[in-house]
Amino acid sequence: MNWALPKRRAAAPPSNGHIIQMRAIRKVYDTGKIQVEALRGIDFEVCRGEFVAVVGPSGSGKSTLLNLLGCLDTPSGGDYLLGGEPVAGLDKDRLADVRNRRVGFVFQNFNLLPQLTALENVEMPMLFGGIGRKERRRRAVEGLEKVGLGDRIDHRPTELSGGQMQRVAIARALAMEPDILLADEPTGNLDTSSGTDVLSLLEELWNQGSTLIVVTHDTAMARRANRVIEIRDGLVVDDQRTSTARDSAASSDGTAN
Amino acid sequence: MGAMDISVITQLFAKASSLQRKRAVLTVAAIAWGTVAILMLLSFGQGLRDQLVRGKHGMGENLAVWWPGETTKVWEGLPQGRAIRPRMDDINYLRGRMPTASNVVGEITSWQTTLTWGTTTVSNRVTGVNWEFGEMRYHWPRAGGRFINTRDEAEKRRVIFLGNELAEDIFGDLEPVGETLLVNQAPYLVIGVMQRKIQMGTYKGPDEGNAVIPITTFASQFGRQQLSNIVYKVSRPEDMPQAQREFNEGLAAKFRFDPTDEAVTGVWDTARGAEIMDQSMLGMQIFLGIIGALTLLIGGIGVANIMYAVVKEKTREIGVQMALGAHRSWITWPFVLQGVAYTLLGGVFGMVIALVLVSLIALVPVEGNQALEFLGKPTLSWHIAAATALILGGVGVAAGYFPARRAASIDPAETLRYE
Repeated sequence: MNWALPKRRAAAPPSNGHIIQMRAIRKVYDTGKIQVEALRGIDFEVCRGEFVAVVGPSGSGKSTLLNLLGCLDTPSGGDYLLGGEPVAGLDKDRLADVRNRRVGFVFQNFNLLPQLTALENVEMPMLFGGIGRKERRRRAVEGLEKVGLGDRIDHRPTELSGGQMQRVAIARALAMEPDILLADEPTGNLDTSSGTDVLSLLEELWNQGSTLIVVTHDTAMARRANRVIEIRDGLVVDDQRTSTARDSAASSDGTAN
Repeated sequence: MGAMDISVITQLFAKASSLQRKRAVLTVAAIAWGTVAILMLLSFGQGLRDQLVRGKHGMGENLAVWWPGETTKVWEGLPQGRAIRPRMDDINYLRGRMPTASNVVGEITSWQTTLTWGTTTVSNRVTGVNWEFGEMRYHWPRAGGRFINTRDEAEKRRVIFLGNELAEDIFGDLEPVGETLLVNQAPYLVIGVMQRKIQMGTYKGPDEGNAVIPITTFASQFGRQQLSNIVYKVSRPEDMPQAQREFNEGLAAKFRFDPTDEAVTGVWDTARGAEIMDQSMLGMQIFLGIIGALTLLIGGIGVANIMYAVVKEKTREIGVQMALGAHRSWITWPFVLQGVAYTLLGGVFGMVIALVLVSLIALVPVEGNQALEFLGKPTLSWHIAAATALILGGVGVAAGYFPARRAASIDPAETLRYE
């Protein structure tokens, strides 16, 4: 039964379905006196349409992994293919193009540009992607409507609630129709009800076919993911594909702080 | 840089230009102040330069002045130490030997001569000159008068031309032309008074104190034909060496001395003096320009400072833009443009202020104002404006570039990691 495949653990699906392939990824921070090894050899793949929760204690290397996945940083060793293409050796501007076209970022603290309206914030990646003014505006309005903020397009971030800001950030992340959506504690700065809203929105996006990788402490978030990867001391210690979310939640409960 | 880059940069620049108003105003003011400083310094320098050139030309242009001397070299069996003393008649001989010179005149001076008009008596120098002296040495007559002419010289007329200061000393506010002035008790008709002029160089005293009579008349009254000095003129400065050669050879042939004997042939070459002065004035203007540029630089540091502050404040935003796919040049160029925009804005204000100041100073009458008479009027030329604009542009680009470089070096992963 072919569609039972997600239940199998660590079995490599065919590579044409892989959006992310990491092999023996290491990341060493050289602070001058001491070298900190944040990632010590990470191997994993992510297929199109997966919803991956990355869990682990603080300092385990989750954020480092997310930065590498999003091409914000380059690994010290190992191979990383994003959408089947190697990322190593690209210069900064080419990496910027990769981030622009393939990756959408959602941050814990939203990181909207404060002097721009919601609409202009959503337009920003499309500006960098070379999309014309009219098309940009059309798609930005459409994106904001999709996250339920069609009536807030001219509001600045200070005039929006936390949940609304995060929804603008999600619309911005999706603007370039990226291959993956990377979220770092997307509900970490939100109250429970806003957090639930954002969670529902992410789940809806997944149901529509988006690929999500979310770093989280939130057990509710991990419960909704179809796959939970646990990281400790720079290594993947657990990787479970599950259709029943509670199983994976149990494994992450103890590690959240 | 492609069209897309330019489009992105201009759009980002337009979005980013609303900044902290107070700091921006102060910075623009600093640049304006620097611009005013540099423009005023250069304008005053230009005015002073013009004034000095005018003053130097007050004596006449492209002149060489020669004084009698003693030989220091033996020559064709003649010993050294012989006095070379040309006479009035030698002027015509020299004119024949000097095709390059546009004119040659002789002067004979009698010092401390008594000049009497009514009850007023002054002791002053009196100089006999050829009639061409007036045009060569810029003794322009005031309205109602004239300089010595050929007939005065040919007929040994007793006519006298006065410098304006001397005329005032003797006649006060009265019109001297037509009056009779006694020169050592001999009556002379005053035929003209020199127009007021600015004069820097002089060899007997300022021309405004001159009393000039025909050289022939002088010879008759004072019984002297030996020349006190000779003045010759060329039409172009570059002709001067050739004219000097002709003069030396002509004089040496007649008086039988070594034409390379500099003790005799040495002259005061005003054309060369002018060249040296031009260079030193240029040096002065460069010096003033540097002072002004340093003032402007301080303004530029102000702009750079505000830009650094903006980069620091916007570190996270820049990181976000990078995460969203901004190229480094899209981050840096808006900063450079901002630096240039602030600087140019301040520069425009400064230029307007300087223009107003220069125009106001131009309204102050120069006549009788000692300071302005020496300094001249500050002059804003296109060169000065262009040089200032160039410096402003350089300062602006630098003020934007260095902060922009810092912005481009921001590591997005680093800035996004922390609150």
